[in-house]
Amino acid sequence: MSVAATSALSAHALRKSYHAVEVVSGVDLAVAPGECFGLLGPNGAGKTTTLKLCLGLIEPDAGEIELLGEAVPRRAREARARVGVVPQFDNLDPDFTVEENLVVYSRYFRIPESRIRERIPGLLEFAGLAGRGDAKIAALSGGMKRRLTLARALVNDPQVVFMDEPTTGLDPQARHLIWERLRRLTQEGKTLVLTTHFMEEAERLCHRLAIMDRGRIITEGSPRALIAEHIEPQVLEVHGPGGEEKMRQWMERVRGLASRIELVGDTVYCYGQDVEPLLKSVSGELGYLHRPASLEDVFLKLTGRDLRD
Amino acid sequence: MNTRWLTVWRRNFLVWRKLMAAAILSNLADPLIMLFGLGYGLGALLPSVEGMSYITFFAAGQLCTATMFTASFESMFSGYSRMHGQKTWDAILYAPIVIDDIVAGEIMWAASKAWLTGSTILGVVMVFGLASSPWVLLALPAAFLVGLVFSAIGIVMCVLARGWDFFSYYMTLVMTPMMMISGVFFPAEQLPAPLLAVAKVLPLHHGVQIVRPLLAGAPPPDLLLHMTVLLAYAAAGYAMAIHFARKRFSS
Repeated sequence: MSVAATSALSAHALRKSYHAVEVVSGVDLAVAPGECFGLLGPNGAGKTTTLKLCLGLIEPDAGEIELLGEAVPRRAREARARVGVVPQFDNLDPDFTVEENLVVYSRYFRIPESRIRERIPGLLEFAGLAGRGDAKIAALSGGMKRRLTLARALVNDPQVVFMDEPTTGLDPQARHLIWERLRRLTQEGKTLVLTTHFMEEAERLCHRLAIMDRGRIITEGSPRALIAEHIEPQVLEVHGPGGEEKMRQWMERVRGLASRIELVGDTVYCYGQDVEPLLKSVSGELGYLHRPASLEDVFLKLTGRDLRD
Repeated sequence: MNTRWLTVWRRNFLVWRKLMAAAILSNLADPLIMLFGLGYGLGALLPSVEGMSYITFFAAGQLCTATMFTASFESMFSGYSRMHGQKTWDAILYAPIVIDDIVAGEIMWAASKAWLTGSTILGVVMVFGLASSPWVLLALPAAFLVGLVFSAIGIVMCVLARGWDFFSYYMTLVMTPMMMISGVFFPAEQLPAPLLAVAKVLPLHHGVQIVRPLLAGAPPPDLLLHMTVLLAYAAAGYAMAIHFARKRFSS
């Protein structure tokens, strides 16, 4: 069987330029049915463009895409009939109530009116908006809007749901509720494709993820595998009041004790199998944080610490 | 037949229905106040124009102008608000709907709304006994055609716009002068020949040339010519709107 037939989404050698700047430079990806796949990367890495290409909203300059067995962009419309999309910025219809938003959106999929009515209570419950069907969009909190946008993406009972930074801008309570809902979708067997730059989100939700930078996928695998492959298991962050120069001197003294060590501002990051010996040399007025390595360490190692504005 | 544009039309209709009273009032109050104010006020000074009372003469022009304004405001300002401000078009595009469907739905919607303005003015004109022949009924499809022309052009402006002030150029530099030279307030034949020549290539002039005889109770001379010009503007506007909308949404 071909790769395409066993994938919910596959893309091969995708390229896209805007005004002579290549934002997607040869991306390959394959997402299996039922998988939660995360696309990680700093701002401007090409994540949103990649999603738009996969949805057939823009045309690639080169490469092939297959979404749910349909060639994209040629048959993108047919593919999108079985796909849901949660955009980065909520674009709910402010002129309609919560329920009207779901009804009007269902009609774009040509779902019969009776079926729409049947599905509304379940969708409102999923959004945590049961009994709030008549509320105006302006009266909703950021978390409620996000959940309604998620419910809106489910009106057609999609097989694949694309989400562009689903929890950006939400408070922890709202974020945890979204995560719970996304896990529910995965349990129902839906395929999720999400972009994020919250490592914690990716670590919690994604079965598999790819890290993207400057238009390319630089690594992919399960969160655990990526951490194991790229980063030593223990991290010790040490900082002190003496400023950068003092910390540089401290770093040079202990360099031999860590398998990898770096100075960022006035903080020394020490990575190793065992950082206990290092801990002993942290004394006096130095402050420290001893923690297991995380996906964020992988991310920063691979994409660098430079700001991407 | 592809009827996906209808779901876009229907969305706009539902919003309009919620705010119907205000929408109808704002589309009709201005043109009707002008019609009666100028029509009776100025009309009292004038014996007759082209063989009819001034108010009947002006009613035809005002019907077309009000239709043009409703179509233009809806397609430009409301259209831009949906496309750019609210990102409603983006949301619709995630569904199995493409930009061509949205453009068609928006143009048809603005034309429908404009038609309502035109036909309501026609109704008022008839209630006031300013026109009574059965020919008047043909002004209904004519008003829709005028609405279609300016909706299509308005959507072209909408998908080309980079900001709200873009529309001021079109309104100030195109719509207002066009209104002045298209025989709305006075017979276009009074214009200097070069201006009349300009008026004759603009769509509003042809709309007025169809509607005025109908209100006076006669078949319009050169009907085929006027309709051809209007249909050509509508078709060209539609094609350009699709072209520029695709361009805008592919980047």
